Amino acid sequence: MSAMSASRRNVLRGMMGGAAVSVGLPFLDCFLNTSGTALASGAPLPTAFGTFFWGCGLNPGRWEPAKTGAGYDMNIETAPLTPFKNRINTISGMKVFLDGKGARPHFTGEMAILTGDVPREQPNYASLDSIVADTIGTRTRFRSLEVTGTGKPTDSLSRRSASVTNPAEISPAALYTRVFGADFADPNSADFKPDTRVMVRKSVLSGVSEQREALLKQVGAADRQRLDEYFTAVRQLEQQLDIQLHKPEPLAACSKSDQPTDALIGTEIDNVVANHKLFAQILAHAVACDQTHVTNVVFGEATSPLRKPGTAMTHHIYTHEEPMDPKLGYQPNATYFMGRIVETLAMYLATLDSIKEGDHTLLDRTMMLAHSETGFAKIHALENIPMFICGGANGKMKMGQHLKLDGEPVTRVGLTIQQSLGVPVDSWGTMSLNTSKPLGELMI
Amino acid sequence: MVMLNKPARIFGALGFAAAIALAGCGQKDDAPTTKGGPVSLRRLTEPEYRQIIADVFGTTIKVPGRFQPDTRDNGLIAVGTSRESVAGTGFEEYDLTARGIAAQVVDEAHRDTLIPCKPAKATERDDACATQFVTRTGRLLFRRPLTKDELANIVNDAGDSTAKLGNFYSGIESSIVGMLDSSQFLFRQEASIPDADNAGQRKLDPYSKASRLSFFLWDTTPDLDLLDAADKGELDSDAGVAKQVDRMVKSPRLASGVRAFFTDMLGFDGFAALQKDPQIYPKYGSAVAVDAQEQTLRTLADVLVTQNGDYRDIFTTRRTYLTRLLGSVYAVPVKVSTGWEAHDYPEGDPRAGILTEVSFVSLHSHPGRSSPTIRGKALREIFLCQKVPDPPGNVNFALVQDTKNPAFHTARARLGAHINQPTCAGCHKIMDPVGLAMENFDSAGGFRSTENDSPIETAGEIDGTKFSDVNGFKKAIHDHPAVPTCLVNRIYSFGTGRPATKDEAEWLNYQVKQFAASGYKVPELMRRIAGSKAFYRVSTPGTEANNAKLSMAGTGSQKETAK
Repeated sequence: MSAMSASRRNVLRGMMGGAAVSVGLPFLDCFLNTSGTALASGAPLPTAFGTFFWGCGLNPGRWEPAKTGAGYDMNIETAPLTPFKNRINTISGMKVFLDGKGARPHFTGEMAILTGDVPREQPNYASLDSIVADTIGTRTRFRSLEVTGTGKPTDSLSRRSASVTNPAEISPAALYTRVFGADFADPNSADFKPDTRVMVRKSVLSGVSEQREALLKQVGAADRQRLDEYFTAVRQLEQQLDIQLHKPEPLAACSKSDQPTDALIGTEIDNVVANHKLFAQILAHAVACDQTHVTNVVFGEATSPLRKPGTAMTHHIYTHEEPMDPKLGYQPNATYFMGRIVETLAMYLATLDSIKEGDHTLLDRTMMLAHSETGFAKIHALENIPMFICGGANGKMKMGQHLKLDGEPVTRVGLTIQQSLGVPVDSWGTMSLNTSKPLGELMI
Repeated sequence: MVMLNKPARIFGALGFAAAIALAGCGQKDDAPTTKGGPVSLRRLTEPEYRQIIADVFGTTIKVPGRFQPDTRDNGLIAVGTSRESVAGTGFEEYDLTARGIAAQVVDEAHRDTLIPCKPAKATERDDACATQFVTRTGRLLFRRPLTKDELANIVNDAGDSTAKLGNFYSGIESSIVGMLDSSQFLFRQEASIPDADNAGQRKLDPYSKASRLSFFLWDTTPDLDLLDAADKGELDSDAGVAKQVDRMVKSPRLASGVRAFFTDMLGFDGFAALQKDPQIYPKYGSAVAVDAQEQTLRTLADVLVTQNGDYRDIFTTRRTYLTRLLGSVYAVPVKVSTGWEAHDYPEGDPRAGILTEVSFVSLHSHPGRSSPTIRGKALREIFLCQKVPDPPGNVNFALVQDTKNPAFHTARARLGAHINQPTCAGCHKIMDPVGLAMENFDSAGGFRSTENDSPIETAGEIDGTKFSDVNGFKKAIHDHPAVPTCLVNRIYSFGTGRPATKDEAEWLNYQVKQFAASGYKVPELMRRIAGSKAFYRVSTPGTEANNAKLSMAGTGSQKETAK
């Protein structure tokens, strides 16, 4: 590795001495066809992967479709998703196995779905999106982008390991600056000149990277992995700078999103939804401009703190303390928030669908896992957790089906996604959550 | 941290009259022996990073940008940092921050004071001057002298950058970024050496010792005096360590260490995302949140450091510090229009002590109402080191709610429903009565005697001690035997960056006894820990296999296929 780093650095030094630089990257080597639907070679545009998480579930009986298989209709609480139903797989009935470990409300479910494991204390494994990003997202400026709607960067569920969480952006304006600020190179711009300052920055990071081999030897086995994760992060930034030093190939569907003005960041539902609208625009344009292939949206903290202004109650408190309305058969205040969340999911899908790429849309090449962490929040149920796979999946998965899989482990969904996206894995999950059975109905 | 606002201090100067009476150097260490723990690799926390920059480059250098959030483990961020690494996004932020700092250090306002020499020509490389700067700055940032190779590489890279950008200071700027981006700065990487006095055992090397000492007692990177002591081998001996500990405990900077510890233990990082409903609590805002933390830290520094008082008195002290803004929350007139004013509550006032200050009651509440359950849980976990189990999954709460009944008026009435259900009672019994004792304080810290027009009852019991009101409750916490034990455990964990091992239990018990014998004096406790052998002892490293790959759940799941 050290020999490699050294030569990388020498190459860079050589490059800096010279003038224009154009060392092609695999994807960028190719040219798009004239309609912008595929690369010149005929290969489709890359698949985008996303997650959309919300806390406190949906009401049992009001979200699962009546019919299974293809051609199903959405139920009451998922009605806003109807325009996309042919590009959504609804998966109901799945559960989390605890194997004698205690359930930690609002934590256990999300961990099981995303890391395939029920941790006793801290998370133990990488999350699904990181695993996928290592297969489909290694040649973009950002390995992945994370956002959350209720103001806490630590609510991100994206993690590379037990020791590394990818913190979430809480401000659309900050996300915009990161993606479309000064470092953004418009792929459709006519002139491009590599920036000497970027070359110097890359050289500084190469200097840091070169210490890797020697420093890893200095620490014990347990810390070696953590230190190596740090060096991976350094490499990622080097790679990001490397991409900035190359002229990007044109992308017909790429344009900057509008410069956003944040709504007040917090837990008031109208503001949370307003900020998600801004996030959705930025993330969709970031994918369209090939800045990333993986996006992770947390609607809000799992113990859902959403509230209407002037009320003492939050969505989470309502789910536990609000009486069931005997006539309606559900908790009307808690259900109000669920409605806003599903509408927001529909808004994200509509935003992706609004970006046209020839005859198709960005949604068509997106696979997005939308899920909660509990079934019936009132009792912290770890069964019948709402899960949806949304988008056209770039033709990598059969879409538009309702699978009712009572009592099956939630990890089958994660395994199916990994295999569909080309992650070389044949089983996933720990203990009773371990599975080697993808959802055959969805596999191509 | 507000205590030390002096400009550009590149360390070195010190020496003040001792505020604290000490038992004297060279304490007899008849503590039980321990086997030690692993060496640690700790990521700097955000407050540590900021403090180091202020100490090395001066407080006029702003630290821009955001930080990868710290996570808590076993009650402390200090422990969380021993399992944390850096994500791609997190490193991007570090790099942004480093570039912001470096640009200021070399700007025209700072270069003459922060760079000890001038280049022969401002447009050309000057390795001699760069070497002077990097040697001195690198030693403070890496907490040890740079190796020959490190120094040569950094100076050479700075020269290369100067050549590309045509400016000496741009080269220096990129050398600073390189050092601040380095794992040698971002992580406190400890190393061990054989313990010459105890065959087969290991202890920290002198520079690791210096770092542990400095971050533990002063919350910052080692100063020049401490690094000199490490260079000269003085930290190899107990007497050499004791000398430094003595110097550092006597310094006013000890207050920074005490404040850093309590900031961590009390979970003040939680304020970053704390929200209150502005319609229900119009007085609460981010300015109140900032002042509330400072109020508690001032109270702690006063009782523990300035007065060198009994730790347990933090729960009952009638002396507090207020700004005018806080005065409006507590309904206390404050004379000064800006800054802080000492205030003594009258005997019997329910607002005495840190438990009913805004920083505790507001941090452990919902946005629109108080939460006795959350407060009870927090008190037990923070001050008593007790772990309250999470509620079980698949529990039916339906029994708690009777739709035919009118709304319960008070939290006590609402929670009474839980207490009467056997599935909930086990845990709620240990949380709720404790939290209910603080119900006179609403979610934003305001005092109230009724809720929804019904009177608030605060009588209760904690672990066998009955109390009739909130002051009785504070007295019960003051006298609770778990309080000093918990503090000793936490403060040791804070210093070592790991939970104490089972093997260290006896040693900790010994320290608890010493703590009691000293009259529960925290500086003395810190001095004992920092001067002990146990604090630096290192267990033999384990032999776990290295696995630097992405860790995925499930064993043997990677197919041997080519990508």
